[in-house]
Amino acid sequence: MKLRLKIWRQPNATEKGKFATYDMDNVSPEMSFLEMLDSLNGTLVEKGEMPVAFEHDCREGICGSCGLYINGHPHGPQKLATTCHLYMRVFRDGQTIVVEPWRARPFPVIRDLIVDRTSLEKILVAGGYISVDTGQAAESNTTKIQKENADESYDSAVCIGCGACVAACKNASAMLFVSAKVSQFALLPQGKVEAKRRVQRMVARMDELGFGNCTNSYACEAECPKGIKITNIARMNREFWKAKVCGQKTV
Amino acid sequence: MTKLDSKIPQGPLAEKWTHYKEHARLVNPANRKKLDIIVVGTGIAGSSAAATLGEMGYNVKVFCYQDMPRRAHSVAAQGGINAAKNYKNDGDSVFRLFYDMIKGGDYRSREANVYRAAEVSNASIDQLVAQGVPFAREYGGTLANRSFGGVQVSRTFYAQGQTGQQVLLGCYSGLCRQVDLGTVTMYPRRDVLDIVVIDGKARGVVARNLVTGVIERHAAHAVVLATGGYGTIYYLSTLAVNSNATAAWAAYKRGAFFGNPSFVQIHPTSLPVLNEYQSKLTLMSESLRNDGRIWVPKDKEDKRHPNHIPEEDRDYYLERRYPAYGNLVPRDVGSRAAKERCDAGYGVGPTGLSVYLDFKDAIQKQGKKAIAAKYGNLFELYHRVTGSDPYEEPMRIYPAGHYTMGGLWVDYGLMTTINGLFAIGESNFSDHGANRLGASSLMQCAGDGYFILPYTLSDYLAAEIRTPHIATDDKAFEEAEKNVTGRIDKLMKVNGRKTALSFHKRLGNIMWNHCGMARNEEGLKKAYDMVEELEKEFWKDVRIPGTPNELNQELEKAIRIADFFGLAKLMITDALDRKESCGAHFREESQTGSGEAQRIDSTYSYVAAWEYTDEAGTPVLHKEPLVFENVELKERSYK
Repeated sequence: MKLRLKIWRQPNATEKGKFATYDMDNVSPEMSFLEMLDSLNGTLVEKGEMPVAFEHDCREGICGSCGLYINGHPHGPQKLATTCHLYMRVFRDGQTIVVEPWRARPFPVIRDLIVDRTSLEKILVAGGYISVDTGQAAESNTTKIQKENADESYDSAVCIGCGACVAACKNASAMLFVSAKVSQFALLPQGKVEAKRRVQRMVARMDELGFGNCTNSYACEAECPKGIKITNIARMNREFWKAKVCGQKTV
Repeated sequence: MTKLDSKIPQGPLAEKWTHYKEHARLVNPANRKKLDIIVVGTGIAGSSAAATLGEMGYNVKVFCYQDMPRRAHSVAAQGGINAAKNYKNDGDSVFRLFYDMIKGGDYRSREANVYRAAEVSNASIDQLVAQGVPFAREYGGTLANRSFGGVQVSRTFYAQGQTGQQVLLGCYSGLCRQVDLGTVTMYPRRDVLDIVVIDGKARGVVARNLVTGVIERHAAHAVVLATGGYGTIYYLSTLAVNSNATAAWAAYKRGAFFGNPSFVQIHPTSLPVLNEYQSKLTLMSESLRNDGRIWVPKDKEDKRHPNHIPEEDRDYYLERRYPAYGNLVPRDVGSRAAKERCDAGYGVGPTGLSVYLDFKDAIQKQGKKAIAAKYGNLFELYHRVTGSDPYEEPMRIYPAGHYTMGGLWVDYGLMTTINGLFAIGESNFSDHGANRLGASSLMQCAGDGYFILPYTLSDYLAAEIRTPHIATDDKAFEEAEKNVTGRIDKLMKVNGRKTALSFHKRLGNIMWNHCGMARNEEGLKKAYDMVEELEKEFWKDVRIPGTPNELNQELEKAIRIADFFGLAKLMITDALDRKESCGAHFREESQTGSGEAQRIDSTYSYVAAWEYTDEAGTPVLHKEPLVFENVELKERSYK
């Protein structure tokens, strides 16, 4: 396959970036998108040029490192797949592919296609946990959990923290990410004790960090590589108002 | 010369750990906040250790390579985590779990450590459940279990095929809590390049900030390495592409002995090599062997589509050779059996280097829905990568480099031969002998981090309460920093023509062919020379564009690969020394009549602990004799 790549190049956070064009001749449809970039980078390095910086690690769709905005879609055109699981067979010979980093104010560019997503971690630090000290847990089976709830909790817990939801949203909202964590715990008895405090603190931190609001465009759900459901956002809103209305002191 | 002392407590096996805990020295809560601890690596072991130590009141600094701890490669573990809960009432117990691990490891691990790993396993499950890890449950609301290779009970807890992710996220949430409480400070995007030793004690690290390129000094009263394994030495492996041996290798060069470096697990069920561009072999969880049946055609020339090959023309070779365990034989046995069939010409697929993993019978019996509930995400994954639908036709699989049983040598307290330098999780050698059983790595990592290290590290730190904060202007820090910058300068100055990755591919090839699933003296010796040659070429011809003072991924790769050459030679040296076959280490010269691994207990019943001498010199072998008081050494049979 022959391809034309237009890739965002930006040496660091402070300098201005621009698109660079690269023509590739020998792209195999069997390559993954990242392997195609490896191949481009090999050529650039041999010429003494700086390769395109992009983030990647496990290359099996679970670590959440990779995240490229490809032809207007986070993780590219394929549904329910991370960039590392995008294969070149979904592109046409001769196609132009535009590759950008996630674009959102809370995700500043570090270099080329790498952005800083630690704002997501800052939200988790504000309560995305259950407070249990090591060794203080009761025997697991003393608390029975309805299978349906456990399964639904798992479905929310599979979020890989890639940030595609934020990149997909015109408001750069992180509601899908935050609501997935809130839901995982809200559905389990272990998480109930701190539920009110958790949801209020996480939402407050999210707002503070400059993430936008949800305006129900459903873009996040459509682009999420792990199929996290937008119903989580509704649940989070319920949890949030429940906490407010039930007189929990604002935290 | 350092003397090996494993410091195994006296007393009966089942009482050693209790006895240790009851007599370990403690640090008073008021003193804990005066003590600094560095934890390198944030997988399950690192995260759980850092969170627990923070909770106890120590000042903890955590380093990770990625932008966030949640991306550490523990995240990719699929199948499950073992514990001796005996929820299935099928005869499980702490002793049974211990026994399975000792036997599974082909009697090359330390009894006391393995028993302790089994002993704390139940507490890890309780801890994780309390943290909100959504393990699979039965309709009655209790936790579900499944079976794994090499055992005859169901003791594996799981969260579909993403158990590692869920367990890591549980540990990570605990870590986030400690960051929130201010006991733990995170240092992400750091590559720890050297360990600082002052007066014989580990006192800090030198790290490169991967964003700015700045070389940083960080001091502490003790250093914990939780840096995982080095399976990426094969280039193509199931590991994350950025997994490396850098920090562990630096520790080795500073005097930490390396235990059993050649013990590498080759996982039997990975996607096969599909093309020359491939950068990664994706694992297909061992749990698939609960329902999937492995086979090749009985006739080498049978080129029919697998769906058209009738039962009588299929060779379910694992069921044939190992009727007692069938498709659930341990990983080393399963891998070698696949290699044997493919080498004999029965392999399938375009390269002839793969076998079928077939779900036809399971789907027929249980229905597509039940299979999807158990393995849905794995089936999707397979479909996406290969373009073939495993609900409709069998998967094709082949063994791939996976887990390193070898690692830094540690004593019972998980301390390396450098005082104050600890190694936990996959980065140490301790619990899995010559072969690891499935679902026992998550178990070890959580056990080390939550329940073992906090005791043993406190015992060490009890003698450090009078030591003030360590200053980073000590000459040892200066020397370590110079060592790091000198090496980086040397790499940058090579200015050759080839990419670091091209060297990695070639190194991987040498190691896979000669120090992989099967090894022999001639091949190993040849491989050693080839690695040396390649290393020389690397230092003459690698090209790293840009400067070290910026985000430079080519430099990161080159640093990692430069260390792999030394490690590769150490692995080969170790494999040459051990002229027996045991577990995953299969020396072709030492096999039984039926082609099984032949141990030689009279000569090789030891842990090989290698001491670094200098860049050019040969490492010195120290032997820790393995004493078995509670199990009888048998030929490991799964027939």
